[in-house]
Amino acid sequence: MKPVSRVAAIVRKEVRQLRRDRLTFGMIVGIPVVQLLMFGYAINTDVRDLRTAVADQAQSHLSREFVARLGQTQVSNIVLEVATAPELVELLRTGEISIGVYLPPDFDRRVTDTHRPAAQLLVDGTDPTIFGIANQLRLMPLTFDTNAATRPPAEIEVRAYYNPERRTPVNIVPGLMGVILTMTMILFTAVAIVRERERGNLELLINTPVSSAELMIGKVLPYILIGMVQLALILTVGGLLFDVPVRGSIVHLYLAATLFIAANLSLGLLISTAVRTQFQAMQLTVFILLPSILLSGFMFPFDGMPLLARWLGEILPTTHFIRLTRGIMLREATIGELLPEVIALAVFTVLAMTSAALRFRKRLD
Amino acid sequence: MNADMAIEARGLSKRFGSLTAVDALDLDVPRGRIYGFLGPNGSGKSTSIRMLCGLLTPSSGTARVLGTHIPGDTAELKPKIGYMTQAFSLFADMTVFENLQFIADIYTYPRAEQKARIEELLTRYNLEGKRNALAGTLSGGQRQYLALACAVLHRPELLLLDEPTSAVDPQSRRDFWSNLFRLAKGGTTILLSTHYMDEAERCHRLAILARGAKVADGTPEELRQHMGMQVIEISAQDPWAAQQVLERVPDIASVTQLGMRLRALVPDAVPAPVTVVQKCLALNGIDAHVVLAAPSLEDVFVAATLHTREKAA
Repeated sequence: MKPVSRVAAIVRKEVRQLRRDRLTFGMIVGIPVVQLLMFGYAINTDVRDLRTAVADQAQSHLSREFVARLGQTQVSNIVLEVATAPELVELLRTGEISIGVYLPPDFDRRVTDTHRPAAQLLVDGTDPTIFGIANQLRLMPLTFDTNAATRPPAEIEVRAYYNPERRTPVNIVPGLMGVILTMTMILFTAVAIVRERERGNLELLINTPVSSAELMIGKVLPYILIGMVQLALILTVGGLLFDVPVRGSIVHLYLAATLFIAANLSLGLLISTAVRTQFQAMQLTVFILLPSILLSGFMFPFDGMPLLARWLGEILPTTHFIRLTRGIMLREATIGELLPEVIALAVFTVLAMTSAALRFRKRLD
Repeated sequence: MNADMAIEARGLSKRFGSLTAVDALDLDVPRGRIYGFLGPNGSGKSTSIRMLCGLLTPSSGTARVLGTHIPGDTAELKPKIGYMTQAFSLFADMTVFENLQFIADIYTYPRAEQKARIEELLTRYNLEGKRNALAGTLSGGQRQYLALACAVLHRPELLLLDEPTSAVDPQSRRDFWSNLFRLAKGGTTILLSTHYMDEAERCHRLAILARGAKVADGTPEELRQHMGMQVIEISAQDPWAAQQVLERVPDIASVTQLGMRLRALVPDAVPAPVTVVQKCLALNGIDAHVVLAAPSLEDVFVAATLHTREKAA
C-alpha cells in the first residue's frame, strides 16, 4: 500500500498548493467561462447585413424594383447609392462597403437577354466567407413578369439536420470545450512539474523513495478532476446562454472527456520533461494550442484541408475530441459509434505517457 | 567491503562536456562520523554529493554507499539517506507542519507515530512557534532547521548536507552544529560540504577539494601535522612592504596578510625558516618580529590548494 499512500500524499500536497494559488485557482473557473462568453457571442459564421452600395444607371421601374428586393434580403444592407461603377470600386477599396451592385443603363434589355449578365456584383474577396455569402445574391430571381406562367426551375431541397436554425454557438461550443481543455490541461500539468524543478523541490523529491510513476500520477490526478469541473461549467454555461443541447448520453460525453483529459495531461507531462522553465512550457503549449484551434476542425471544416494538414490534424487529440463532442452532443451518437476517435485518443495517451515516463528520470543528468 | 565504512568511493569522476567537475575521487567515510568536504565554489563538492546519493551518474569510477553500488539502482538507498539541498527546496507555499507531514507521508512513516515524531522535531529544532507559518516566510536559520528536520524525519543512516549553513549567522551555526553532533552521537553518518574553515574544524574527518580533485584528507589534526609546510608569523610596522619582499623569495610558498601580521608558508625541506625570513626582511631594511606559529586549518587549505592554483595561473 506504500505506493498508494505516496500518491495520496502528492495529491494532497497539489490540492493544498492549488488552494493557496489564488490566480491559478481563479483561472480554473475563469478561463472556460470568459472564453465561452467571448467566443460564443463573437464567432458567427451566419453573416447578415453586409454593407452594400448601389450604382443604378438604369433608373427604370425594373431596376428600382430589383434594388428594393435586394434591400429585403437579409444578406445586404443598402447604405449608399452612387452614380458610377468606379465609385463602387473606391468604396470597396476604402472598406466602406463589402458589396457593390452595378446596374448598367441597359439593365431592362439585359434582363431578357440570356447571353449577357444583367447586373454586376463587386465583392470584397479578402474574406472568403463574405464572398460565399454574397454569392447567395446570384440566386435572386430576375424575372419580373408577374403574369408569366412559367414554373420555377426544378430545385434541390436542402435541409439542415441537428442545427436547423444554423446557429453558430451550436457548432462552436462543443468545439470550444476541446480547445479550452487543451489549453488549461496541458499548461497546468506542464507548469506543475516545471515549477517544482525551477524552485528546487524536484531535487528534494527525487531523493526520496517516491517513484517517477507515483510522482506523475499524483500530479495528474487533481487535474483530471479540474478538467471535469471545467467541462461541467462549459456545458452549463453553454446550455443556459447559448441553448446548446446535449442530445446524446452525458455519461458518454464524460467518458470521452476523461480520455481526452488524460491525453492532454500526458502531453503536458511530456512537455515538462522537455523544457527547463515555465516560460518554455508556456511557449510549447501555445505551439500545440494554435494547430489545435486551426487544424482540428474547430474553426474550419476538416474536409476542406489539404492532405498534409489533415494528417497533422489527426495527430492532435483535440481533433478527435471535437468529433466526439459534436457527435454525442448534437447528433446523438454513442461512444461506440465513434470508436475510431476513442481509439485514437487512447493510443495518443499511451504513447505520450510512456515517453514521458521514459524521459522523466529520477536523476539530474 | 569494509562494514565500518558508510561510504567508499574509488576513482569517482564526473565530466560535463570538456569540464571535469570531479576528478578520480577516492573516499572513505566511517560510520557515525561527521565528514566534511572543504573547498571553494566550483571545487566539485555538490557534484560529489549528488553522485553519492544517485542524483548524478558518475562518468567513471564506483562507490558503495551503505552497501548500495553506484552507479546502479539507488531505489533501495533512498529510504536510508537524508539529503539537504544547497538551495532551500521545501514547499514555500505550505506551512512548516504541512511540509513535515508531506515528507513523513512520502517516506511512509507509520501514521500512528507521525504526529509524535513531527512534534519531537518541532521542539528539537525550535520550530514550535512557527508550525503554522508558511515555509517561505521563515528566516534563513529557520529554513535550514526545517530542511534538517525534513532530512532526518525518517531517521536515515546517512545524512548528506550540501553547504547547510551558508545562509546562517554564526550563533545559529553553533546551534546547528550541536544538533549535528547529537545526530552523529546517535549513530548517523554525516557528509557535508562547506567553505567555512571554522565549520571544517568541527568535522571528525575532512577532504580538501580543489578543482574537482581531492588534494588532502584526514582529521583536522592530521592535516595540520602533515601539511608539509612550516608556518611563520611576522609582525611588522608595514606588513604590506614586508609582503612585497617575501613574495619574491623562492623558498616561501605563500604569504597572507592578517591585519598587522603576515603568515608565510615555508616548505618543511627548508631549514631554519625563521632565520631565512628574518634575514630577507633585514636585508631590505624592514624591522619585524618573526616567530614559528601553529598551523591553522586555513594554512592547511592554502598549502593544499597551492599546487592547483599555480596550475590555474
